[in-house]
Amino acid sequence: MIIDLREVMMSIEKINEAQPLLSVQDLRVWYELRRFGFGHAGYVKAVDGVSFELAEGETVAVVGESGCGKSSLMKTILGLNMPTSGGIVFDGENLSELKGGGLQKYRFKIGYVQQDPYGALPPFMSVQTILEEPLIISGLQGREERLARIHKVMTEVKLHPVEDFLPKFPHMLSGGQQQRIVIARAMLREPKLIVADEPVSMLDASVRVEILKLMRALQESHGLSVIYITHDLSTVKYFSQRIFVMYAGNLIEKADTRRLLENPLHPYTHALLAATSDPDARNADSFKEVPPSEPPSLVNPPQGCRFHPRCARAIAGLCDQKEPVDFEPEPHHFVACWLYQPQ
Amino acid sequence: MNQITSHKLLQIEKLELHFKTRGGTVQAVDGVNFTLDSNRAVVILGESGCGKSSLAKAMLRLLPRNVDKYDGRVFLQGADVMEFDDEEFRKNVRWLGISLVPQAAMNSLNPVIRVGEQVAEPAIVHLGLGKAEAMNLVQKMFQHVGVPQDFVSRYPFELSGGMRQRVALAMALVTSPSLIVLDEPTSALDLLTQANIMNVLKRIKHELGTSFILITHDIATSSELADEVAIMYAGQIVETGHARDFFPAPLHPYSQMLMASVPRLRSESDPMFITGQPPSLINPPKGCRFAARCPFHFEKCNDEPPVFERNGRSVKCWLHA
Repeated sequence: MIIDLREVMMSIEKINEAQPLLSVQDLRVWYELRRFGFGHAGYVKAVDGVSFELAEGETVAVVGESGCGKSSLMKTILGLNMPTSGGIVFDGENLSELKGGGLQKYRFKIGYVQQDPYGALPPFMSVQTILEEPLIISGLQGREERLARIHKVMTEVKLHPVEDFLPKFPHMLSGGQQQRIVIARAMLREPKLIVADEPVSMLDASVRVEILKLMRALQESHGLSVIYITHDLSTVKYFSQRIFVMYAGNLIEKADTRRLLENPLHPYTHALLAATSDPDARNADSFKEVPPSEPPSLVNPPQGCRFHPRCARAIAGLCDQKEPVDFEPEPHHFVACWLYQPQ
Repeated sequence: MNQITSHKLLQIEKLELHFKTRGGTVQAVDGVNFTLDSNRAVVILGESGCGKSSLAKAMLRLLPRNVDKYDGRVFLQGADVMEFDDEEFRKNVRWLGISLVPQAAMNSLNPVIRVGEQVAEPAIVHLGLGKAEAMNLVQKMFQHVGVPQDFVSRYPFELSGGMRQRVALAMALVTSPSLIVLDEPTSALDLLTQANIMNVLKRIKHELGTSFILITHDIATSSELADEVAIMYAGQIVETGHARDFFPAPLHPYSQMLMASVPRLRSESDPMFITGQPPSLINPPKGCRFAARCPFHFEKCNDEPPVFERNGRSVKCWLHA
């Protein structure tokens, strides 16, 4: 039975390998630092050698702390940043080769759900204007067609009756409703991929789950691929099939959600899981184990493994010298850590 | 009255804070009662707009201009501080009795003054210390909160968010108050930094015997510090109890649904959400304020429920009559 399952998974894997929706190969996004406005002063290596593939209809969570490069990765996938090196191929198009109109079309195919709904909605525009504008820009001519499309997405995000919401301005809506508008806007042009940057971190606990469930329902009914960027591991398992853990510009662990939560391998992933609390009165009796110090500067990241200065299990002479490569200690579970080097 | 309350660190009775707005009177804090012993931590949990930050302001008398009504009694170590005039309150209560770590405290530091001097200021003003003494005290406080000693001469922009949060905490500690009010102390921080700050708070509680009022919407993180829990909904406290009683089995339907909405890492339960929205605080509904969203509501809920007490827990719900 287990072998059968594995074979099925392998065959799924093969299909995915044949046509990934998104393929990121050895992506680097470096920002140049300038001294006094000119003169080179090094690079901020925000994304430094990231590779992964995303199948159609697959959801993946990118987990990491602020400053680890997850926003740079996301913006590059959205086509807002250009890769310094490496490639992004989305739906058969290579981002590095696109310009002008081609780049605009590329961006139309990816929806973006921002973190702070109030900041993401222009305060002086009504809901109708907010939702109509992207359709005008993408060239949908007929007003009737545009309104029909707006009605459809508003119904999908469960903002009904639609007519009541159209003339409202963002400040007249609750946080949850604002975030639904942001999701509706991302869905307008029927994207194949949605990039959601901490979509629920600004919302209250009781609304958070509602929005996550809505996003999952949309993902399932439209067969969307979703990249869910978050720092909150406790919401991940309700939403994504795979987790990528990001640290200092690298993806250090990649695995199925369940496998990663049950059997985390990288010491940093261990630390993240240990720091995540569940509501329990016994938490107050003990201290949390937290790795010392803070994430490194991305201008001069440490030599070798970037986590080694904070790692309790670092191997002297190895971790501080050589950058670890991806090992696969169990099938489909990748970890960039020398501890899992095959003997 | 004072005799009864003397063994309590803090006792709040029928505290009310209403604001005047163009739309009407906002009843942000509406008849809040609770007590706190020394060296204990109480967590006030509630969603945005429930009045929890206004409660912190009301306790410290940090009132905006549009106050419509400010009433009730606040006893701090037996003294009725509501009787104090503003100058007495400033001199004797703020900083010396109760310190506040405001929301987004790490961004509340003055960007052009060295952090050491900022932390020293309350000690100089309220304890009457000389500058050298105050700086010694700052060094000691930095040790308690885990900021390296040589950071005293740095500016806020040279510190990370977590370090700035610790500095804000050191500032609240420097006058050795018996109570610190923390308004959302970790909500803007990263996961590992959050865990670090919670560790610091626990250590301060052990080492210095300080009491805490922790105001937050982050239920999971709040359990790291809580001895007691108070749930706030629409300007009122609807449930209080010991953390070890509350977290496994909340009593009020709102508390139950709020707890069920928390995604958990170590359990398979499917989180639920609460339909509807909290009522406006301008004209809150008569009777129970949660009735419109409550799956258990019945006729009695049209009357305002009193607070029912049992086994050291209290709940404002007719189901527990």
